[in-house]
Amino acid sequence: MSGVLVIAESRRGELREVSLELISAALGVKDDAGGRLAVAAIGAGAAQHADALGADGVDEVLTVDASTEHFEPHVHGAALETLIEQEQPTLVLLGHTIDSLGFGPAVAARHGLGFASDVTRLAWDEGPVATRGGYGGKVEVELDFPERECVLLMLRAGAFAAAEGSGGAAARAVEVQAEPRTEHLGFRDVETGDVDITKADFLLSIGRGIEDKDALPQFEELADKMGATLSVSRPLVDAGWMPNARQVGQSGKTVKPKVYLALGISGAVQHLAGMQTAETIIAVNTDPEAPIFSVAHYGVVADLFDVADELAEQFE
Amino acid sequence: MKIVVPVKEVAVLDEEFELLEDRPGVDPDAIEWDLNEWDDFSVEEALQLREAGGDGEVVVISVGGEEAEEGLRACLAKGADRAVRIWDDALAAADPLAVARVLAAAVGRESPDLVLCGVQSSDGVHSATGVALAEHLGLPRVAVVKALEHEGGALTVERELEGGLVELLRLRPPALLTIQTGINEPRYATLRAIKQAKEKPLDVVGLGDLGLEAGAVEAAAGSRVRSMSHPDTGEGAEMLNGSPAEVASRIADIVKDKMSG
Repeated sequence: MSGVLVIAESRRGELREVSLELISAALGVKDDAGGRLAVAAIGAGAAQHADALGADGVDEVLTVDASTEHFEPHVHGAALETLIEQEQPTLVLLGHTIDSLGFGPAVAARHGLGFASDVTRLAWDEGPVATRGGYGGKVEVELDFPERECVLLMLRAGAFAAAEGSGGAAARAVEVQAEPRTEHLGFRDVETGDVDITKADFLLSIGRGIEDKDALPQFEELADKMGATLSVSRPLVDAGWMPNARQVGQSGKTVKPKVYLALGISGAVQHLAGMQTAETIIAVNTDPEAPIFSVAHYGVVADLFDVADELAEQFE
Repeated sequence: MKIVVPVKEVAVLDEEFELLEDRPGVDPDAIEWDLNEWDDFSVEEALQLREAGGDGEVVVISVGGEEAEEGLRACLAKGADRAVRIWDDALAAADPLAVARVLAAAVGRESPDLVLCGVQSSDGVHSATGVALAEHLGLPRVAVVKALEHEGGALTVERELEGGLVELLRLRPPALLTIQTGINEPRYATLRAIKQAKEKPLDVVGLGDLGLEAGAVEAAAGSRVRSMSHPDTGEGAEMLNGSPAEVASRIADIVKDKMSG
């Protein structure tokens, strides 16, 4: 067993950015892993992505023309099994994404592979060493995989820079027999709502810390006074208090405003993924260990209502 | 319809927690326990399906020490019919693949029509146990489900993708779904139900009861913890101190400065 196998992702015919991030992560350990890097695209029309995936350092692009038009977890799982069987890689890299979470852990469980998900750093010490958060991001955990000939890691989207260039790697089609076990009925796009938070320069973002729906008007008023657009973290959308169009995070919008002022948002990984590239992040939270402080430029450990009341005075 | 819901008692870290010195881990005294947030939603979904169908059974299963019984009792109080707690000292640091292997032995003998897992646990955030469990059970699965309907023997589900995009899918039970928060409004148990839950069956089983060897946990594990450390939180964050008025004044200055630039 040797080399690295990367499983690229596409959705509705478009290659997803995480694919190039996986390639750059693979390049970092390629020599340690035995010197060969193969990148596989799975899905109907996979061959159309071959050029884009042939980044510098990629040795071969494998295309699996699946029987289903869209992602199907059982078809993708079977394709991955075939690719591992044929390529015999030491390391397999997938994105820690909704699609790949539908089959990566299954293949690892079935074949007794080394496994870790939501990996944010990758190193090598006689084998892969993966770093990920633990206890909701409050500790950092380093994992290794003794006695595993093949290790499957799922890397967090955005944690690695995207690979560049085109080495013009050769492409090869791989045949896979697989039956889908779910039937695709269609897609539904998110409703746009009355406001596009991705266009705002200044977001006042509120989270679970506001505790009560009745507190919402206070923050709508505060946003108005400050000249900010109001956005929210997931729990407020789950509770039905605010529409999905206002949600920042993995399952909402990715935003990059000049100023992101977060009140009462602890900073789950999925939220940070949607706002960590904002130019200036100011976070107010009662928990000094809240993960949001790891990406904030300015932090305040305080009750958000005390600060909100004073902010209203400042912007009278 | 018989529905099995694997649940997890998760660690809520106290603000002041210490890492162990002799091995990678967190001081157990620093941990408060609570039922995983995602599991509130998977249990509620199971209860609603049972109520809509008119009959059936909801069984909650947890891999955990004695602390897990509080969460299981809470599920029973909300309406689950019985609970199973699986424990062995070998499970103390089990990773998701090991937990999935052990759960498979317990869930498999229930022969459920449907298995509902939470998408992830709030402490581990692996998002892997449910899908690995489905593989062991040979069940079709859909991960990250935000809406679910059971009609005419088929399940129609909405899968939540990045950016708020939704995919609609159909599949036939028996199946396993991982359930996303927000899919329903989890109920609260009444005081009477909490009292009655104490009389409902809660079985405690070991690895041997499930036909598993003592070494099965280690053999199924996907990883080994090499080290654990405090992350560099707040490395770049300048902490603003003072009274709320002073802090608000600083924030106002920063906002005005950045927005005019």
